[in-house]
Amino acid sequence: MYPFTYSRATDVADAVRDKAGHDGSAYIGGGTNLIDLMKMNVEQPAHLVNVAKLALSKIEELPDGGLRLGATATNSDTAWNEQVKARYPLLNQAILAGASPQLRNVATNGGNLMQRTRCYYFYDLATPCNKREPGSGCSAIGGFNRVCGILGTSEACIATHPSDMCVALAALAPTVRVSGPKGERTIAFEDFHRLPGDQPEFDNTLAEGELITSLDLPEKGFAKHFAYLKLRDRHSYAFALVSVAVGLEMDGDTITDARLALGGVAHKPWRDLSAEQLLKGQPATAETFGRVAAHVVADAVGRGSNDFKIELARRAIVRALKQAAEGKQEAGDMYLGGQ
Amino acid sequence: MSQPLISAPASGGLPNPVPTGPVRLTINGETQTLQLAPWTSLLDALREYAHLTGTKKGCDHGQCGACTVLVNGRRINSCLTLAVMHEDDDITTIEGLGTPENLSPLQQAFVDHDAFQCGYCTPGQICSAQGLLNEGHAHSEAEIKELMSGNLCRCGAYVGILDAVKEVVDKQ
Repeated sequence: MYPFTYSRATDVADAVRDKAGHDGSAYIGGGTNLIDLMKMNVEQPAHLVNVAKLALSKIEELPDGGLRLGATATNSDTAWNEQVKARYPLLNQAILAGASPQLRNVATNGGNLMQRTRCYYFYDLATPCNKREPGSGCSAIGGFNRVCGILGTSEACIATHPSDMCVALAALAPTVRVSGPKGERTIAFEDFHRLPGDQPEFDNTLAEGELITSLDLPEKGFAKHFAYLKLRDRHSYAFALVSVAVGLEMDGDTITDARLALGGVAHKPWRDLSAEQLLKGQPATAETFGRVAAHVVADAVGRGSNDFKIELARRAIVRALKQAAEGKQEAGDMYLGGQ
Repeated sequence: MSQPLISAPASGGLPNPVPTGPVRLTINGETQTLQLAPWTSLLDALREYAHLTGTKKGCDHGQCGACTVLVNGRRINSCLTLAVMHEDDDITTIEGLGTPENLSPLQQAFVDHDAFQCGYCTPGQICSAQGLLNEGHAHSEAEIKELMSGNLCRCGAYVGILDAVKEVVDKQ
């Protein structure tokens, strides 16, 4: 790890000011991803501003009926929060499908959004990677790309966003509140992460120095008909090869509203608005689910060793839609496979 | 104002070597001040500076759980956090859970169920299991397996580990 200086911010304004005053600085929340990347010399901040103990850890109801998730609330506290379990069980299940208990006890909500990709080449300083070193090339295209993306990729980068929590958030569509040198603003979750295009070094649309302060969930939580389905190489504590988050509203057997997002397949949590439109007004049948799943992966591109993800995603979408329509998955104290 | 542990010089850039600063840590109920660089992990602070070598360094990347300790009663990977981030925290290591004469219930259960072979992962397994008990979410074997998945055992003593944790969970 390269040397750096460190300070602990006392409030949001102090954090923003401190970061702006140090070239090459970074905020650190839980640090479970950042410190790992610093050990690998992938990230080399000259100064860290600790924001983990700012007063941003509350989970509280909003006047509009929504729920505010503080940026420094841990993933564990968020998943096991009674309001989250009762009103947003999709989020409860997605968070508990990710990482390990030790990591979830430290990792923050803001930090979850800021995770970097787990593409092998991003971590391997001996190989070209456009995300790590812009302009150097993409080693995953034509290389080992089993974990890489199939949707929205570019010739510059086929990396995926690794989060489970963010896949549920993509379906639930919160607003991301941020503070920065130019003041406060909000970003729709859909617009927070970006596709790689020709600038894969940018994971998201935050401006320089901006700090996430909360995630504001809207009232609608799809608590009755939802599913989070995660498929991975081992049963626990592994990143998703493909994951699917579904939220449905039903009138009898008819789908009246739908949310559908995928993880492990793209540079951002992949919400498919057109697939959601296709589901609305349709009967919850295998035929409907198969048609929508085929639509989602219609433009998917495999790069060799990740070709299997296209069929895996198609089948996972069908299964997750079926599970959501049946309404059998419940919030819980852990994720046991979404069966 | 923020509280810098170590300030960069006004001219910019880092002094070489970067000086250490005092970091006050409360470990197993005892508060001590260690001279640490900002990049010293909590794991290295415990082992190399507080000389509590019960906590083990396995992968040093949060993948194996050997470094698990309790911070304010919650299990965390001590390798993926900086010591300077824990000045106000109450840290418990395997040395703080029991003594050779008076083992904690989990320590006794690990002995009774032969829940280790080489023993390297054991301090992390026990601290993690203590965190699991504190959380109170695991009851069945399937739940214990899922909530112990952050701790690897290369000897494959999982059967004994599961039996040991289950016995203590059942007594709660």
